[in-house]
Amino acid sequence: MAKIRGSIVVEIDRCKGCEVCMVSCPTGTIAMAKEVNHKGYFYAYPAHPELCIGCANCAMVCPDGVITVYKTKI
Amino acid sequence: MAQATGIKEIIKPENLVYRKTKVMTDNILSYCPGCGHGTAHRILAEIIDEEGLQSETIGISPVGCSVLLYEFIDIDWQEAAHGRAPALATAIKRLLPDKFVFTYQGDGDLAAIGTAETIHTCNRGENILIIFINNGIYGMTGGQMAPTTLPGMKSSTSPYGRDVKLMGNPLKMTDIVATLPGTYYVTRQSVHTPVNVRKTKKAIRKAVHYQKLNKGTCFIEIVSNCPSGWKMTPVEANKWMEANMFPFYPLGDLKVPAEENAQKTTNSEKND
Repeated sequence: MAKIRGSIVVEIDRCKGCEVCMVSCPTGTIAMAKEVNHKGYFYAYPAHPELCIGCANCAMVCPDGVITVYKTKI
Repeated sequence: MAQATGIKEIIKPENLVYRKTKVMTDNILSYCPGCGHGTAHRILAEIIDEEGLQSETIGISPVGCSVLLYEFIDIDWQEAAHGRAPALATAIKRLLPDKFVFTYQGDGDLAAIGTAETIHTCNRGENILIIFINNGIYGMTGGQMAPTTLPGMKSSTSPYGRDVKLMGNPLKMTDIVATLPGTYYVTRQSVHTPVNVRKTKKAIRKAVHYQKLNKGTCFIEIVSNCPSGWKMTPVEANKWMEANMFPFYPLGDLKVPAEENAQKTTNSEKND
C-alpha cells in the first residue's frame, strides 16, 4: 500500500505561537518550541516530522498563514 | 537518518499542497495571536486568487481591528468611515457594476454604528458581499461590550456580565438581514477548526458566484474569537466560543437561494 508522507515548513519569524495548529493536528506532529523567535513567541515546529500526513489542517487554521505543506506518496 | 533524508525529499515544489496565497502581502498581520481575522483574510484572499478576481475586486475596509486590511490583501481598497462600508460599497458597485465589491466589517462596525447602513443596503438588495466578523466584543478599543455581547458575558464595560434588563438584549444581525427580501444568500460560519475554515471558504466561494448573477446581497457572518478581549489563550477562547457563542449564534445557512433549495429537493428525491 502506498504510504502518504507529508512535511510542513513553518516560517518561524512570522509565527505568533497561538497553538491553534498544534491542537488541530490529527497526528500530533506539531509542538511548540522551547525557545522564542525574534518577536518573543514560542513558535510552532514539526516535533515529530515522521508522523506528518500532509493533511494541511494546520495550514488551514493558521491565522498568520505561516505554514507551507508538502505531500507525496512513497 | 534515512527518515531525515526522506523528509527533505518531500519538500519539493511538485509536492506542494498548501502555501499562503500570493494575494496576501508579506506584511505581518497586526492581530493578536490566534485571532480569527487572520484566517478569514487568508481564505478570502485564496478565493480571490482561485477565482482570478485580483484585478476585478474592490474591498471596503472598516474601522475596527481590521482597519489595516488594505495592508494585507493585495487588491483595490477603499477605507470607509465607521460603519459606512455598505453605503460606500453601494456607490462603488453602482458606478462600476462589473467589479466584485465586498465589505469586511466587525461587529462594532456593522452591528453598532453601521446598523442603518447594513439593514438598508441589504433591504435594497445591492449586489455586494458583506463579511461580518462577530466576536461579541469591541476588540480594538479594549474589549468593551458590543451589541452582540452575550447575556451574562463579561467585558470591560460589563464586568459583572451583561445584564439584559440594564443593557438590553444582544442583536442577531444575521437573523435580521435574513428576513429582508433584498438578501440572496445569508449564512453563519466560523474559522476556528480546519473543518469550519473549509466550510467558510466554500460559503465565500458560493457568495462570489452569486454576485455574478446580480440577484442581491450576500451576507456571511463569521463567528470569531477575541483571545485578548476575552482574556483567554487562543485555544481556550476557541473552546469557550464553541460552548457559549455557538448555542446563541448557531452555525449554518440562514437563507439559501430558492433555485438551489429546489435543486436540493429534486436531488434528494432522486436519491430516495
